[in-house]
Amino acid sequence: MSDMDMEDDGSGIVKKFMFLNRKAPHGTVYALEGLEVVLITAAFDQDVSLVFTDDGVYQLMKGIDTKGIEVKDFSKTYRALDGYDIEKLYVDQSSLDARGLTEDDLIVDVTVLSDDEMKNLMDEQDVVISF
Amino acid sequence: MQFGILINEGPYNHQASDSAYLFARNAIEKGHTVPRVFFYHDGVNNSTRMGEPPQDDRNVTTRWSKLAEEHGIDLVVCVAAALRRGIKDELLAPGFRISGLGQLVEMGIQYDRLVTFGD
Repeated sequence: MSDMDMEDDGSGIVKKFMFLNRKAPHGTVYALEGLEVVLITAAFDQDVSLVFTDDGVYQLMKGIDTKGIEVKDFSKTYRALDGYDIEKLYVDQSSLDARGLTEDDLIVDVTVLSDDEMKNLMDEQDVVISF
Repeated sequence: MQFGILINEGPYNHQASDSAYLFARNAIEKGHTVPRVFFYHDGVNNSTRMGEPPQDDRNVTTRWSKLAEEHGIDLVVCVAAALRRGIKDELLAPGFRISGLGQLVEMGIQYDRLVTFGD
């Protein structure tokens, strides 16, 4: 982590980066490799927001067990995000509702937003990267 | 305007790289600049010179190499995604180089727009 703190593009510019996690944690590699970009962006001292929407809300589900599919379980990383100063985690209410989930089903504290609130949050961003 | 481009899908299986190429070419024709294209996820597979598509099809990789040479575009392939998929320096087509994710973050910080092509 100390190495990553040294990252600097030399510009001193801080932009608002939003990462839109839209896919289930397993089945494709997007969630795993997407997390890498999130961590590097935080190491560049940028203003990072993470959104979990659509099947992306499953990335935060309690009780994930990947033994049966023989792939790495990286869900612990989400709980370590505050160690990288990544504290803005958002989930949209409609994605939870559509899947019969509530905040209690998630492994980390998130801010639950309505569709309108999510739209406003997106409007505020400089860079939106979607995985 | 300066556009950064992120490509998240491999060639032929998916249209992302074709669409990104057409976007970049047209943006440049209209007077914009595309200083860098970043290849991530299966997008790293766009960088290998080992591909030999049929004669009557476009060669996605060669097209990128040519556009990069003509307009000085930096074609950057993510090192971690590349290693995972067997893409090594010695396999790269002209104009491509392997580097870290910091190059992607820099595009977001420095350019006017970052445009993603993928699912």
